[in-house]
Amino acid sequence: MGKAIGQAIKRKEDPRLITGQAKYLDDIQLPGMVYAAVLRSPYAHANIKSIDTSEAESQPGVVGVFTGKDFADLNPLPCAWQAGGVNNNANTPRTLEIDKVTFTGAGVAVVVAESRYAAEDALQYIHVDYEVLPTVVDAKKATEPGAPQLHENAPNNICMEWTCGDEAGTDKALGEADVVVKQAIRNQRLLPTPMDSRGAIGIYSPVSEDYTVYMTSQCPHIMRLLMTAFVFGMPESKMRCISPHVGGGFGTKIFLYPEYCMVAAVSKKLGGLPVKWMETRRENYVATSHGRDHVTEFEVAAKSDGTITGLKVETYANLGGILSTIAPGIPTTLYGRMLSGVYKIPNIYCKVYGTYTNTGMVDAYRGAGRPEASYLVERAVDLVAQELGMDPTEVRRKNFIPPEAFPYAPASNILNGLKYDSGNYAGALDKALELIDYKNLRKEQEEARKAGRLMGIGFSSYVEICGVAPSAWVGLNGEGWGAGLWESANVRVHLTGQVVVTTGSQPHGQGHETTMAQIAADLLGMDVADVRVEHSDTLGTPFGYGTYGSRSATVGGTAIYNSVQKIIEKAKKIGAHMLEAAPEDVTFEDGKVFVKGSPDKAKTIQEVALAAAVAYDLPAGTEPFLDDTTYYDPPNCTYPFGTHVCIVEVDKDSGHVQIKRYLAVDDVGKKINPLIVDGQIHGGVVQGVGQALWEGAMYDDNGQLVSGSLMDYALPKAHYLPMIETDSTETPSPVNPMGIKGAGEAGTIASAQAVVNAVVDALAPYGIKHIDMPLTPQKVWEAIHSNGNGGN
Amino acid sequence: MTEITVNVNGKSYTREIEPRMLLVHFIRDVLGLTGTNIGCETSVCGACTILMDGQAVKSCTQLAVQADGSDVTTIEGLASNGDLHPVQEGFWEKHGLQCGYCTPGMIMSGVDLLKNNPNPTEDEIRHGIEGNLCRCTGYHNIVKAIQYAAEKMQGGN
Amino acid sequence: MYPAKFDYYRASSVQEAIQLLQEHEDAKLLAGGHSLIPAMKLRLAQPPALIDIGRIAELRGVTQDNGSIKVGALTVHADVAASDVLQSQCPLLAEAASNVGDRQVRHKGTIGGNLAHADPASDLPAAVLALGGTIHLLGPGGSRQVAAADFFLDLLATDLHEDEVLTAIEVPAISGKTGTAYLKFEHPASGYALCGAAAVVSLNDDGTCAGASLCFNGVTATPHNASAVAAALVGKTLDDATIDQAVNANLSIADPMGDMYASGPYRVEVAKTYAKRALKAARDRA
Repeated sequence: MGKAIGQAIKRKEDPRLITGQAKYLDDIQLPGMVYAAVLRSPYAHANIKSIDTSEAESQPGVVGVFTGKDFADLNPLPCAWQAGGVNNNANTPRTLEIDKVTFTGAGVAVVVAESRYAAEDALQYIHVDYEVLPTVVDAKKATEPGAPQLHENAPNNICMEWTCGDEAGTDKALGEADVVVKQAIRNQRLLPTPMDSRGAIGIYSPVSEDYTVYMTSQCPHIMRLLMTAFVFGMPESKMRCISPHVGGGFGTKIFLYPEYCMVAAVSKKLGGLPVKWMETRRENYVATSHGRDHVTEFEVAAKSDGTITGLKVETYANLGGILSTIAPGIPTTLYGRMLSGVYKIPNIYCKVYGTYTNTGMVDAYRGAGRPEASYLVERAVDLVAQELGMDPTEVRRKNFIPPEAFPYAPASNILNGLKYDSGNYAGALDKALELIDYKNLRKEQEEARKAGRLMGIGFSSYVEICGVAPSAWVGLNGEGWGAGLWESANVRVHLTGQVVVTTGSQPHGQGHETTMAQIAADLLGMDVADVRVEHSDTLGTPFGYGTYGSRSATVGGTAIYNSVQKIIEKAKKIGAHMLEAAPEDVTFEDGKVFVKGSPDKAKTIQEVALAAAVAYDLPAGTEPFLDDTTYYDPPNCTYPFGTHVCIVEVDKDSGHVQIKRYLAVDDVGKKINPLIVDGQIHGGVVQGVGQALWEGAMYDDNGQLVSGSLMDYALPKAHYLPMIETDSTETPSPVNPMGIKGAGEAGTIASAQAVVNAVVDALAPYGIKHIDMPLTPQKVWEAIHSNGNGGN
Repeated sequence: MTEITVNVNGKSYTREIEPRMLLVHFIRDVLGLTGTNIGCETSVCGACTILMDGQAVKSCTQLAVQADGSDVTTIEGLASNGDLHPVQEGFWEKHGLQCGYCTPGMIMSGVDLLKNNPNPTEDEIRHGIEGNLCRCTGYHNIVKAIQYAAEKMQGGN
Repeated sequence: MYPAKFDYYRASSVQEAIQLLQEHEDAKLLAGGHSLIPAMKLRLAQPPALIDIGRIAELRGVTQDNGSIKVGALTVHADVAASDVLQSQCPLLAEAASNVGDRQVRHKGTIGGNLAHADPASDLPAAVLALGGTIHLLGPGGSRQVAAADFFLDLLATDLHEDEVLTAIEVPAISGKTGTAYLKFEHPASGYALCGAAAVVSLNDDGTCAGASLCFNGVTATPHNASAVAAALVGKTLDDATIDQAVNANLSIADPMGDMYASGPYRVEVAKTYAKRALKAARDRA
């Protein structure tokens, strides 16, 4: 490889972001634009008996008021990931709900007005007659006898029952084990909270009868597919979807939402006026999909020497009142299949009930399923260590999948035919122990305890599944994904020598414009500045599946790599012609074609591009222009891993937890841009720390979201955190030619359990085994003072 | 409607507005300066931070009428003659941003902090930006960006 | 995010503000706006009229007079926190103000607005109460002064009448061997106090306690005055054990507030911890 991959270069996209010139959705103003405000259900479960909009229609500035009945011709939004067990009971949102609502915040009407203030004013004049119904908000209680029933097609509110692994073998292992540790855990509901909430602008053209929709989406191509083919029932050519600058997504902007359909449909009703809808934070919290919310019990079996012999898991996954776009795939494929963690566990069984409750939709949130799996496995390992009186690092080491075992298929075929690609799990742990000075740390802990201070050290050795995914595996072979998961790239070397790369992935903070330019520049021997990356508009980019699942670099980047390779082959052919040499005699190095052994007489890629573009003198049968499009379908996913260490101090008089140090040793394979990788790790770690210590969405029994604002829902703040220490090992992935594994979610997948393990370790003198997240000071204080198990 | 005159980034604007209009909406929607962002409605996130008469203020928690007669600086007015402010430069150098949405407000807070405390400790920086939320960076590189700017503004590199 | 309509009046004097209050029923005063505007953005407050007093210069600033310090109602938290006079002669108020909100909020939020809003989880009420402060009010019938102990009536309710303007807060300058401390255990989302402990400790020349005061924000609907703890300290030599014992034996808080993050009983436990820490810090500073 050349000189750009692996360089920690500054981001190309930053100048417009640090000067206020970047255009996010709400920054877009169009002539004649009108503004939508959505009326949302104040009840979590109700039948809509009638809606009277007449008074609202006559308010000043109001252009139109619409209800679900106005859009009855549009189909419900599709569920695109029907994991095993979802059979004809996928209840999904409508553009606006018509007959009933199953969560607080469901849209029931929309006001469109000349200003956002006027639209807000008119909302209170819409009169909805609700028949209020009883509610249930807990994933497990929803399945119990007597629980309110949300959907006729889902008895006992069960949307799906999904299993993986070997139940008989696991039961046998549990029966024969020296020790079995049983624990109930909750992985609480989270509000993903990208700082830029969601929005959309719909523009209908009455002349061409087509739509343009701007949206805060991580995958505009999928949005167009779902909206046209499934909701509107029309050809894809009738819609263009554009994601402008998107201020963070963390998964929540993967999904198709009712409002995206609504702005398009309303624009049509209004003869083509551009209609903007922009979410408030309150709306973001009630109406944008949430993350996690598992109620789980597990049993882990081990020998007295610490060898883990079995893991049995039962999880109730809360899916909310209706299904978000890929909700069923998260607690199944992305969770159950990763329950072996970094360990050689010979017997695994997992059963998941996906349930409907009167709460907001739950879908992918950074890590999506894998943080839940990793949290469970790493808590289980610590519980085994505690039970056996062993050092937690020793139990980890004893059970690690050894480097020579790769490619490794986790036992009981829980990964459904795939294999972990490569790994050196002990290598990452060793490096972490050395960097953190583990031996002295334990001494320090002992001294702290003597002095009455509660210091704790927590570990998390994790592996995740990234670079999603081989299409045949995720779609055809039982995972239930409704399409493929390849990625596209187009690379063109223009006549001027400048390169344009287009990708079907969609940046919303990850720095694609820099890293993808690095890939092309590196291979073509050019300056990164001469490569422009275009994206996020269905007009002008080939179909692509978008950005999530740490896939942009691994899958999208490989598509670019492959296109560049094909361009280089063509350049060699043309260059050879220019050099009057045979194609097999030339080579391409440092951006130049030359006859092997004669680098002084070379044609630069720019010269070749010009020759290819003007096409005055090309080899016979060669098409003009250096241009290639790749659709790359990965043969496997990738499996980043590492060990994180967290050191905490607990104030025993208040229960307050302070993180003293946090170290992340990650192996993401080869890094394209270490500066960006580190940034991804920092941010990912802090999101997991947020889950461990502060964040938690709370519904009351009536289905009201009581943590409905940033005054109640605690995002991590700067002054609660230390610097995040990062280091890495490098085990290239054999799955793709650059050896990259992906870095977007690793931090989040690894971190929550490092913090919880550290706090439980700090409280070891009190015999505490577990506390459910978030570890609020009250829970920690109560655990200390009840002198027992702080879990549920 | 009420008439107000506000000097924004060195230019005086006189406009008729509804008294209820928030300052951030005046800046974004009336003046078209959309670099200042909105991230919440509870005065917590700080995405809307601007300088008002030289002090960092959450422009979502001021009515535009309260700014009548004031000098306002937004992110668009920070660079001078094409030269980035050292805090802007620090954010670029140290990868202090990812999605960029909190960045304008974060930069304005950083500018305000360094004006009052040119050589802050890490802890002082962290407390100095406690009114600004970032969901991407974990704050690590934001702290470094402000440290970079502090050093540069004091004549370092 | 979009306040409802209202009529806007800008008062150029306190007298004009009082007159406007009388003319417009249910009108609200607008000072810094940092309690009112957030409520209006969520339409939890929809006042028909706002009377902007934010430009009345006479209401701003810190002045000294005969052993007491007067802080104008429009003085913003940042200025209270940075005031040389307060830092040297009434550091408790400056310390509490430095804990309010964040630096942006402290640039615009005012001490008068804060106290008039009477949020039980705010940082200033306990400090003003612990200091034995006085609230100055001006209405159509003239001025009156209300002791902080009588000012806070209930959650978000004070003795401020609808046609009155809160003009100043008066606090005594500390003298002799007196130390103060304000320590906050904050809610991680809002930054408000789950428990804020304001302590004043005065020592005799022999090191024994001449007088003490201990008040809390965040635990009860109005700031709680733990007078029994303070009384138990007087005359004693304040070693750590004495302070711990005085708090353990005498701190009892009825009807604590709770929410999903921190229950009432838990807040009382935190109050005990923070009481001890605040008293010790105040002692060390005396």
